[in-house]
Amino acid sequence: MLAKQVPDTRNVGPDAMTPEGTVNRSALPAIFNPEDLNALEQALRLKDQFPGSTITVVTMGLPKAADILRDALYRGADDAVLLTDRALGGADTLATSYAISMAIRKIGMPDIIIGGRQAIDGDTAQVGPQVAQKLDIDQVTYVESIDKLCEECRKVTVTRRIDGGVEVVEAPLPCLLTITGSAAPCRPQNAKRVMKFKKAAAPSEGKENAKIEITQWGAADVDADLQQCGLAGSPTKVKAVQNIVFKAKESKQLTGSDTDIESLIVELLDSHTIG
Amino acid sequence: MNNVFVYCEIDKTTVEEVSFELLTKGRKLANELGVQLEAVVAGTGIKGEVEKQILPYGVDKLHVFDAEGLYPYTSKPHTSILVKLFEEEKPQICLMGATVIGRDLGPRVSSAHMSGLTADCTALEIGSYEDKRAGKVYENLLYQIRPAFGGNIVATIVNPEHRPQMATVRSGVMKAEILDPEYKGEVVYEDVAKYVPETDFVVKVLERHVEKAKNNLKGAPIVVAGGYGVGSKEGFDLLRKLAKELHGEVGASRAAVDAGFCEHDLQIGQTGVTVRPKVYIACGISGAIQHVAGMKESGIVISINTDPNAPINQLADYVITGSVEEVVPKMIKYYKQNSK
Repeated sequence: MLAKQVPDTRNVGPDAMTPEGTVNRSALPAIFNPEDLNALEQALRLKDQFPGSTITVVTMGLPKAADILRDALYRGADDAVLLTDRALGGADTLATSYAISMAIRKIGMPDIIIGGRQAIDGDTAQVGPQVAQKLDIDQVTYVESIDKLCEECRKVTVTRRIDGGVEVVEAPLPCLLTITGSAAPCRPQNAKRVMKFKKAAAPSEGKENAKIEITQWGAADVDADLQQCGLAGSPTKVKAVQNIVFKAKESKQLTGSDTDIESLIVELLDSHTIG
Repeated sequence: MNNVFVYCEIDKTTVEEVSFELLTKGRKLANELGVQLEAVVAGTGIKGEVEKQILPYGVDKLHVFDAEGLYPYTSKPHTSILVKLFEEEKPQICLMGATVIGRDLGPRVSSAHMSGLTADCTALEIGSYEDKRAGKVYENLLYQIRPAFGGNIVATIVNPEHRPQMATVRSGVMKAEILDPEYKGEVVYEDVAKYVPETDFVVKVLERHVEKAKNNLKGAPIVVAGGYGVGSKEGFDLLRKLAKELHGEVGASRAAVDAGFCEHDLQIGQTGVTVRPKVYIACGISGAIQHVAGMKESGIVISINTDPNAPINQLADYVITGSVEEVVPKMIKYYKQNSK
């Protein structure tokens, strides 16, 4: 199961604003990417159905991303892997999917890889399909429910949400599924599991009272080619970033005069808001 | 070689509107770069059906892949087609719709080619890029401009070294315009077996239920919504003009629907459609809580209202105190004057 820790971009409150009116990313709470939670629920339902199976959650990020791994363990995941390394920093989706695919190779090819459709900080929906391509397995994106899994014939049937409707698709195992936010919400944390795993930590978190070690790998541990990792392995470069200036509560007051309307239109065009 | 490619999506034998929008944009980019525009379409029983739909957008070369199993879309066969075709043709740019299909196919192709892909672009331009660290300047790159970070920033992305430069664009963001109904482009009927191994046809679509939406309100990046304050059906025509200019869609509050100013399927709110546009222009809408429920996740809210104390103004980024019939024509006028 693939998961990502993301800044909560859905509720950018006034306290997350810099004096200049731009977003202060570090002030946003770091959360379990919402659609990854939908994905975790689908994984847990498969485990309910096939009690012998195990769920390993993999995330790539800073050491603090171990927070979502613990959360996944509380909710029922069996294992967790934190991919963290300076060499992996600055990765675009391609470099990210490379590192994750190498981690999956190290774990061993599972029957099903499940992840959220997209992360709310980037909304790209690319890492899932790219991991599937790198592992040379089939993929079904925009999945809303896993309807049937046939162990003997090694096939899975899913319902996916497509533009204007639904599609029922059968795919062979192994395959990668990405889950939409319209899928069932994730079950809550289990109190017993919270007791058991609350002292689970990754070495890089530097927690002294850690009792269970969360697996932590760097680029070398997964035999990653450094040229394909991080900034070096990212074909896309950010040329420029423009902040959309937020006026949290305060709105700009305009009249219906020609001057006011024209300056508004020009402002919106300049910020690529329209046009 | 090094042309601009557009992957065309189809519904059975009908090319999707988003593909026409991308072909129009692709033609402009190709002109700017002094290269040709090529299109790719894959499906079943499309030969003789799609050519006349696609070529008028100024397509110099159309690659048609027609075989059993290519419709409905599944990931692997379409990926194999593009991966191999791009190895042969080496396009510099490839555009596809930021649709369920484009967002499934794009990343897979980009991963196979190790090329960059930018999702959900809202603008595409050609320009230069200086890599200060490497001391290199790149000319004629594709600027892939997109909102990021929950819509709080706009980023310009470039792919300096890798080809094709790939981008997806949501439907309704670009404008479709036929270049010449008689445009003479070359059509190539490709041998599908050369591109797609039999083993690719393993994912099966068992059932499919799709209803064509009458409007694109749900996914529209810009919504011009009218309330009771619009006053009449004619007032809504004004809103439609503004929406058309901005490539947006028209929505309405329940009060406007109940008053008979517009059709019911335009209703936004708790009992209507929920929209999350980048820009929401509320025209003569007071802002009842039920209406707000259907638009509160909008990016920038512009409220046009004669009442400076209308509740919706509290969540508006811009409050224009004035009447709809006065302000909207001015918005159209100044948009036309100032947009490229």
